[in-house]
Amino acid sequence: MAIDMEQFKATYIEESLEGLDNMESNLLNLAPGSKDEDAINTIFRAAHSIKGGGATFGFADISQFTHVVETLLDQIRNGQREITQQAIDLFLQSVDCLREMLAAAQNNSQADEMRIADLKSQLDALLASDGASSPLNEAVAVAAVESTADPQAKTSEWKIHFKPFPNMLATGNDVVRMFRELEELGEFQATVNFADLPALSDMGVEDSYLGWEASLKGECTLEQIKDIFVWVEDECELEITATTVNGIKEAQAAVTDENSGKCADQHHETPIATTTSSAPIAKPSVQPDNKIKDKTERRSGAESSSIRVDIEKIDSLINMVGELVITQSMLSQFGEDFALENLEKLRDGLGQLERNTRELQESVMRIRMIPISFAFNRFPRMIHDLCNKFGKKVQLKLSGESTELDKTVMEKIGDPLVHLVRNAMDHGIETPEVRVAAGKPHTGTLHLNAFHQGGNIVIEISDDGAGINAEKILKKAIERGLVEEGAELPQAKIYDLLFQPGFSTADKITDVSGRGVGMDVVRKNIQALGGTVDVQSTLGKGSTFTVRLPLTLAILDGQLVRVGDHTYIIPLVSIVESLQVHKKNVNAIAGKAELYKLRDEYLPIIRLYEAFNISPDSTSLENGLLVVVEGEGQKAGLLVDDLLAQQQVVIKSLETNFRRVDGLSGATILGDGTVALILDVAGVIRVSQGRFNSHHDSINADGVAA
Amino acid sequence: MAQILAVDDSASMRQMVAFTLKGAGHDVTEASDGKQALDLAKSKKFDLVLSDVNMPNMDGIALTKELRSLPDFKFTPILILTTESGADKKQDGKSAGATGWIVKPFNPDQLLATVKKVLG
Repeated sequence: MAIDMEQFKATYIEESLEGLDNMESNLLNLAPGSKDEDAINTIFRAAHSIKGGGATFGFADISQFTHVVETLLDQIRNGQREITQQAIDLFLQSVDCLREMLAAAQNNSQADEMRIADLKSQLDALLASDGASSPLNEAVAVAAVESTADPQAKTSEWKIHFKPFPNMLATGNDVVRMFRELEELGEFQATVNFADLPALSDMGVEDSYLGWEASLKGECTLEQIKDIFVWVEDECELEITATTVNGIKEAQAAVTDENSGKCADQHHETPIATTTSSAPIAKPSVQPDNKIKDKTERRSGAESSSIRVDIEKIDSLINMVGELVITQSMLSQFGEDFALENLEKLRDGLGQLERNTRELQESVMRIRMIPISFAFNRFPRMIHDLCNKFGKKVQLKLSGESTELDKTVMEKIGDPLVHLVRNAMDHGIETPEVRVAAGKPHTGTLHLNAFHQGGNIVIEISDDGAGINAEKILKKAIERGLVEEGAELPQAKIYDLLFQPGFSTADKITDVSGRGVGMDVVRKNIQALGGTVDVQSTLGKGSTFTVRLPLTLAILDGQLVRVGDHTYIIPLVSIVESLQVHKKNVNAIAGKAELYKLRDEYLPIIRLYEAFNISPDSTSLENGLLVVVEGEGQKAGLLVDDLLAQQQVVIKSLETNFRRVDGLSGATILGDGTVALILDVAGVIRVSQGRFNSHHDSINADGVAA
Repeated sequence: MAQILAVDDSASMRQMVAFTLKGAGHDVTEASDGKQALDLAKSKKFDLVLSDVNMPNMDGIALTKELRSLPDFKFTPILILTTESGADKKQDGKSAGATGWIVKPFNPDQLLATVKKVLG
């Protein structure tokens, strides 16, 4: 049967990458000289599985590379070798190297062979050092399979003496099966010898007492016959003798158990491995046709869009669908012969349908949710490497790793988080000397924390480092011409400058951060996800960067508003409050821009009908409602005719269906089938400010600083 | 058709073993470690057990010992799947009561040939 091994490769690569993650995190927790058996066993098992699977699924290079790692780990596991820092570092590099090799296997590309060879020679050197016995000559299994034994002379007639020990049957081996196999080799005849059969009263029902003298006529080798008995060779007396020989040399070969004391030959010691796996291994990797390539590409394309889902989530989904089916059948029954007195029941049924639908929707959304630990997992290693690089001592604290968020959001938040962590490592946490001089503990702490808040996930990156020097930032901003000379800005505004394009306060430029690209990109990426990032800092105590993201990009809690006969949706998260306009609180600047005084703040008023150029019910401020919104740290009041319902809407992209429009983040289809546009609050504020700014350059500062 | 219990912590190996054996008409139950396998074995009879050696929670050797102590598994063939071509793992397996072994790496044809050998 030809079975295509290609189909298992994706699973192998996926599980190997998981194994490597596991290996890495355990290695990072391992101190030189550690005797942590659990950790070492876990690391060993991961390497072991990667090696075994690699050989099975045709990744000989991965298997061979991992073999050396596995051998070292095995020695450590058996206490033959101490764990040194050198070994840990080499293992960590091996993890990287294997990731690269797996990625290469996945994309059908070439891994960096120089690097692999270099690392392998370092591992070999370690293996050869400090005298631990080297089981390397055991050779990689892949190679062993290739080296088929020399074909032996075929003999046409054999005599077999076979006498199982009493307990042979207890291992599930069956004489009948062996004889059946022998029959396949040629003409087989056996005579039973029951000389050892005890009296019935002494007989153990599970024991074997019989022996056989058999003859086999057929063209077969000693190997073939021995192969049949390979599992029981230590549990029986076995003698195989050639009686006639067709080959060149005359051979008398006999195999017997050492304990039985009968004549034995050296064949007993021949390795079993070559016989049990004598059929050549299929090696798909050497097939030269393009078929493999096509398949690989298709597979890697499919994998990036696949997701692993907890079985519990699927079960709850199935439950929910079951409920839905019940509700549906109940409702259709009402429909068949409807009487008015059933109206109440119909309402109940529709209510139930609504609940079912919402629950179903939530369950489906939950399938896309994965724990943030997927994004956090890379940090222990990164911190480890960066500590070495900067000569800093940093302890990483992770909390809320099980907080779930949408897979799409997760994929896009990785890079911004890496940047923020690197930034904290580079600029935030000081070197041990500086810390001690400042009276702080010698080891810094970097804390990554995630939690849910409302419809958002909040990720905090806090360090106990030097904090942000507001004066220095302001000075720099003035130098760069970002802020006017002598301007007084509130602290929050100063910190905000960090996210301006082209801003960097690093005294010396390192290759980690401080290239002046980054923080602005970080903010842009986070905003593209509908999120925000801000920073709190205390000089000398440390800084906290807070990233807020929507849990999902597919569904949004929205407030429906009406302007004229158009319906718009404002994301609920960006609404601060809604109010009726009191004329006395409205200030007009230079006749054009209007400001609304809300408590001690002045908000620019944005008349939505103006922004979208449509006709409203009334152009008078008092007849409308003001929805106070906040986007990108800016507040504004949106003038609408009416507030409608609040509901969850499914976001349809405008870009894919139409084109990007400033001030709009998407569209949705409402219950009555009409299309409503979703406002991008920050965009609306930006667009209308653009209009104001052409009249009034300073509206921004005036509008916010109250 | 035989009832086969396939035990391996590696999903890809399990997938390969299960796919191959199902293709040959067998009924395959999968377990990802010895503990899970033992629990399954307590509630169901199998005609053959294929088990990896190195697994978390309970390894293949311990599983074999445990299975042999169950009345239903006294004579059931148990094959150990092992990459250790060294004799000691096989020996450990045998003394725990395993019927035999299959050396990894093996291809589907080798697996089927070995299974056929045990099931007849």
